[in-house]
Amino acid sequence: MSDNIVVQLQDICKTYHMGGETIHALQNVSLSFQQGSFWAILGHSGSGKSTLLNVLGCLDVVNSGSYILDGIDVSQLDDEALSDIRLRKLGFIFQSFNLINQLTVQENIALPLYYLGWDADESAERAAEIAHVVGLEGRLGHRPSQLSGGQQQRVAIARALANNPSIILADEPTGNLDSATGHAIMDLLFSLHDQGTTILMVTHTPEVAERIPNAVMMKDGQVDNITTNRIEKAGTFNGH
Amino acid sequence: MATNKRLLRDIRLGINTLLLHKLRSSLTMLGIVFGVGSVVAMLAIGEGASQEALEHIRKLGSRNIIIRALKPADENQQELKHSVMSVYGLHYADEQRISESSPHIKRTIPAKIFNKTVRSGGNALEARVVGTIPDWFEFLHNKLIAGRTITQKDMEQQHPICILSEDIARPLLAQQHSIGAHIKIGNDYFEVVGIVASSASSTGGVESPSQPRDIYIPLTVCKKYFGDRIQKRVTGSRELSKVELHQIIAEVSDDSLVESTAVALNALLSYHHPKHDYEVSVPLSLLQQAEATKRTFTIVLGSIAGISLIVGGIGIMNIMLASVTERTREIGIRRAIGARKKDIIRQFLIETIVLSMTGGILGIGFGVLVPLLVEQWTDMPTVIPVYAIWLSLGISVLVGVIFGMYPARKAASLNPIEALRHE
Ligand SMILES: Nc1ncnc2c1ncn2[C@@H]1O[C@H](COP(=O)(O)OP(=O)(O)OP(=O)(O)O)[C@@H](O)[C@H]1O
Ligand SMILES: [Mg+2]
Repeated sequence: MSDNIVVQLQDICKTYHMGGETIHALQNVSLSFQQGSFWAILGHSGSGKSTLLNVLGCLDVVNSGSYILDGIDVSQLDDEALSDIRLRKLGFIFQSFNLINQLTVQENIALPLYYLGWDADESAERAAEIAHVVGLEGRLGHRPSQLSGGQQQRVAIARALANNPSIILADEPTGNLDSATGHAIMDLLFSLHDQGTTILMVTHTPEVAERIPNAVMMKDGQVDNITTNRIEKAGTFNGH
Repeated sequence: MATNKRLLRDIRLGINTLLLHKLRSSLTMLGIVFGVGSVVAMLAIGEGASQEALEHIRKLGSRNIIIRALKPADENQQELKHSVMSVYGLHYADEQRISESSPHIKRTIPAKIFNKTVRSGGNALEARVVGTIPDWFEFLHNKLIAGRTITQKDMEQQHPICILSEDIARPLLAQQHSIGAHIKIGNDYFEVVGIVASSASSTGGVESPSQPRDIYIPLTVCKKYFGDRIQKRVTGSRELSKVELHQIIAEVSDDSLVESTAVALNALLSYHHPKHDYEVSVPLSLLQQAEATKRTFTIVLGSIAGISLIVGGIGIMNIMLASVTERTREIGIRRAIGARKKDIIRQFLIETIVLSMTGGILGIGFGVLVPLLVEQWTDMPTVIPVYAIWLSLGISVLVGVIFGMYPARKAASLNPIEALRHE
């Protein structure tokens, strides 16, 4: 059981200082996530969800506490090593897609592979493969601005998958989409989950949150509540 | 191998990014274009000047000191009206003095040089007559086309023979068989015994031992037929002068002794020529003149180049800083995906270098054009040395690196989270 743990947070504290005032964005957060699990991170606005996700994503450094990712104590690493962790072990999906518009869909998807040092042919092949998985065949030569929001988010998901990450971190991935498109994106994430990908996802939308088996409830920078296996696995694919 | 491919990919990407803002990119490059252009022009003009000097030296000989008769200016004015004979120039005795003055002087070559009308059949031409000794021809780099040059025997026999340069022989002896033909120099007949090729052109300013329209005759013959008096018609009036020798070339045994020997000769001659009716010139010093010309151009064009490159570099830096701000979000995305700081630095540096190098290449084109125009308008020769091209490319890359480093570092040091939030 415990050797299946992919993320282990222990007493994580993160504070911001704003003009003499100290904001405790995260206070003594201790969490562990299992390999292959799907978690919703819930809570009111300002409760520290994004901060938590940034810490998990090695984008932010903490004031205290330890973070073990895949057996590596990342709280001790410098900027370059953290970049390498992001490159090899993590995939990000953002609310606002965050694609690079100068690049084609294929180049966007292959961006992590570029930094991994893959050659152009190999990464083009891999990009096409993932594009197929997320349902973007025939769009590889397009620019992100030529795509719908849902399609752009699929590109972002494909990019997050390109490096075969241990964890996918998503901050309100359906936040900019209508509910039908949002559900389609969620279906895609569930199918990735079924293939064994660990997904940690911040969401505000109750219908979306309801479908996710595990949840962390944040409140004022602290873990308020943890629920696991809230839903029968069979229920996940209602009507599918 | 793989890194080369990667670099090419990055360069292509950099070009694409710059092509997104064509006008902005081209305006940004202008400073570099002018800067690099000035560098190329500067080197081309400098190189031209020194090559011209080297050409002079090749013709005149680096170990030679040339002493020429000079008409004193004051005397010239006083006696012009009265048509009194002016006596000046080098003496036969000077040659003796010069050759005995220093053990470093290997030999001396005297010459009488004046213009005469030469005739053959119905043709008449103005030519430069050079009365000299056999050794003269060792300084002539022009090929002997037919016949022979002056020999010691000619000197002794004092027969009226001459050697023509090609440019004289052609028009003068159009139809006839040249060798053995007789031509009239002044009032006397001379037999043509040889023909030499003409020099390409006179070397600007300096009287060289060979000019296109030369006739060479033995010095002894020259003395016998023409004496030391020279008559020159100057618009109506006559100018009469008496000159024994117009020129003496003194050959020194070693390059390093040329300067000091020239100084010594000058001192020696000034004692015997109080009127200072002579001039000592050292071909080697032409190189120094060329260096001086080169230095002037280097200072002028170098300053233009330096200022343009700095202004151009600052322009590039400015644009790249704007670009970093515009693309803050892109930088955030790349960092989140796993780009290291040095990957970001690399990306922006390559972009800057592509920009500055494109400017540099255009600048080389511009710099090639300027010397061509200079050559058109002045008689200054220009030569674009190959190293100028490499140097220019090197300078452009250097400008890109120097002025691109700050924007690139700034891009890399952005906080990824804040960069991602940037609108
Ligand atoms: N860079 C920052 N500087 C100062 N305070 C910050 C910074 N980032 C976050 N905070 C503060 O930390 C707290 C947690 O912010 P966080 O963005 O994690 O909230 P959230 O749960 O993601 O909210 P939302 O649902 O609105 O996105 C907030 O009080 C916020 O103001
Ligand atoms: Mg948030």
